[in-house]
Amino acid sequence: MNVNEQNEALGRAALLRRQADQQVSPTGPVEQFTSTVDASLRLPLLALFGGAALWLVLGSVLAMIASIKFHAPDFLASCPVLTYGRVQPAADDALLYGFCIPAGLGVILWLFAHLGRAPLRGAVVPLFAAYLWHLGVLVGIGGILLGYSTGFPWLEFPRGSSVLLFFAYLLLALWAAMNFAARRDRGLYPSHWFLVAALFWFPWIYSTGNLFLVAWPVRGVVQSIIGWWFVDNLLFVWLALVGLGTAFYFLPKFSGRPLQTYYLALCAFGMLILFGAWCGIPQGAPVPTWLPTVSTFAALLTLVPVLAVGLILARTLRGREKSAVTGGPFCFVRFGTVSFLLSSLMFLATACPHFSRITEFTWFGPAQSQLQLYGFFAMTMFGAIYFLLPRVMGIEWPFPRLARLQFWLSLIGVALFVIPLAIGGVVQGIKLNNGVAFPDVTKATLVFFRVSTTGLLLLLLASLLFALNILGITFVWKMSLLKSLLAAVKAPLETGSPSAPSPVDQEVKA
Amino acid sequence: MKSGFGIFLAAFIALGGSWCGFVLAPVHQLGGAQETTVLNSTDIYPLPRSGEGGLGLQVYRANGCAACHTEQVRQTGVACSVVLADPGKNPVAVTNLISSLVLTNLTREDAAKVAGKITAAGGKPEIRLGATGPDIARGWATRQSVAEDYLYDLPVQLGNLRAGPDLANVGVRDPDLNWQLTHLYAPSAITKGSAMPPFRYLFELHKIGQVPSPDALRFPGDFALPPGYEVVPKAEARQLAAYLLSLRASVPLYSAPISP
Repeated sequence: MNVNEQNEALGRAALLRRQADQQVSPTGPVEQFTSTVDASLRLPLLALFGGAALWLVLGSVLAMIASIKFHAPDFLASCPVLTYGRVQPAADDALLYGFCIPAGLGVILWLFAHLGRAPLRGAVVPLFAAYLWHLGVLVGIGGILLGYSTGFPWLEFPRGSSVLLFFAYLLLALWAAMNFAARRDRGLYPSHWFLVAALFWFPWIYSTGNLFLVAWPVRGVVQSIIGWWFVDNLLFVWLALVGLGTAFYFLPKFSGRPLQTYYLALCAFGMLILFGAWCGIPQGAPVPTWLPTVSTFAALLTLVPVLAVGLILARTLRGREKSAVTGGPFCFVRFGTVSFLLSSLMFLATACPHFSRITEFTWFGPAQSQLQLYGFFAMTMFGAIYFLLPRVMGIEWPFPRLARLQFWLSLIGVALFVIPLAIGGVVQGIKLNNGVAFPDVTKATLVFFRVSTTGLLLLLLASLLFALNILGITFVWKMSLLKSLLAAVKAPLETGSPSAPSPVDQEVKA
Repeated sequence: MKSGFGIFLAAFIALGGSWCGFVLAPVHQLGGAQETTVLNSTDIYPLPRSGEGGLGLQVYRANGCAACHTEQVRQTGVACSVVLADPGKNPVAVTNLISSLVLTNLTREDAAKVAGKITAAGGKPEIRLGATGPDIARGWATRQSVAEDYLYDLPVQLGNLRAGPDLANVGVRDPDLNWQLTHLYAPSAITKGSAMPPFRYLFELHKIGQVPSPDALRFPGDFALPPGYEVVPKAEARQLAAYLLSLRASVPLYSAPISP
């Protein structure tokens, strides 16, 4: 048996052990252990996910305002805070920094604690970091709306906000890494590779972006080059690492068979970080030609890990056991992984010179990034959160039907937003290239834009349902805390009169 | 991938490689870039934006104009055309020859051949070099944007969506200050069916005083303000318009050679 086979056997054994965790009797020692792990995560996860849900709603509202402005340019036009050029980046950043990153960090904390079977120690620090992060997002969104944007795509947050976000991330990543180092189950699962790499990825790219563009800006067009590098590494690589790391834990768990296979996952991971980090410089950009050429070549090679993920998805889900979990979180994660394949293919296609000549500067780009952010990442996170938060809190979801409704609303919303906008982008590109008068080009894309606004409306409803469930579970938990507090206060009074039988006892006797 | 350190090392090498390639190398190659000169001339290019234009870039940034406008044009190739600089001593023969030749949209070799024929007939031809591509054909620019055009911009506002037209050359295309200001105040009054939101908050609408303001906007005939009122640009609007007028990336450069 060679080393790799040994690894695979170890991975399978670890997976079976973990599946067994779920099946032992509720009073078993393993279950108790799992519940201490969950209890240690309660406060930081609630802070991360609660804030994320609120930002998701706010981001959807801002995106809706921005979208309406294309139908009625006069809408809120006298209000400088809500002009399109401020609302649109604020909406994008609320989705990325407000929802995606804190949700991802929360899921990483949970996955590390569970895969390593180690409770989170010193949970007050990640709790503080979660608040710090959300404060940073608040300052950032406010800054953009008041006109203090830095002017770099996806890096618009003003300086003060970036510092808060950076240190909040460092604290959260440090605690996750310490939990990873203290794991009792020493095995390494494929999810570990993706998530450990992601923890390390963000501080590097975020500090590079802010130091080279905002703090000590470099000269001229180098700003744009570093900007593209940052955006590629955040929107493509970081999101892929966290989203796939999560999916590679949940897909096998839900389908009841190990990840198919260890080697494909290894190939996907290695080639994603090796080549994915070199994509993103657009063709024909006013920069030295070697840069886009390298990017195109890297995009071609990045096809390999994307196809590997497709193969893993198909082979892990094919022939899943009859007892496999379907519905609920599984649907979210499966839809997310399929969206990853589509959005990556769209992204890599734009690196092809022939295709980018049409789609560059069109709505195709926003369609792709929305599919990546919402269709892939946010959906995977919804699935993970719907699965893990009731376990962490020890409370069922207050509105499970709304969760199902949210899945369908999100699915249709993503489809209605992305498909028309992508087609509209291609139409727009063809018309722009064939010398159609500019107002006519705008008019032609407006039809597609109308449908995409409907999609955004559905996404807004979906995010409201998600926030409602999170708020509900928080409320139920706080009420139960209050009850136990009251009980603790009352307890000495009750023990003072042991002779009086309680009403329940009387009923039982009757 | 058997230890946490192994994963860290793999990620470090992968990200470090791309950092060296796409951050360090461009800084090394272009970070110390200096002004260049206009082709066949001693004029310095680009010149730093002066006064209001420089402030206008910050207005452009703060209001997120780059969400809808690019400041970069592409070109797909070059084409030569041959013009007759001097008909020479035998104009009739040269004119007859020219009417039988294709003079535009030629490759360099064909242009040289055509020029040779005209020279043989006694005329004096001149070969002109021009950019081609959809953006050029649209009249947005005479050449592609190159790195030199952005030397003094901070932040560089390349933009990645053309919900509105490209602005790399808007100062050449629409050089009228009043046009720029009225367009900012009421885009749909200037361009029918424009999807651009009006930026009325950059202007003041107030009653005409004893003497009408010399800065008041002059609107086209069919746009009606409330009677007795005038629109005066605030400082931000003047700065933004000055910035737009300063966008003139059209001179021939070594890296983007065209005939002036």
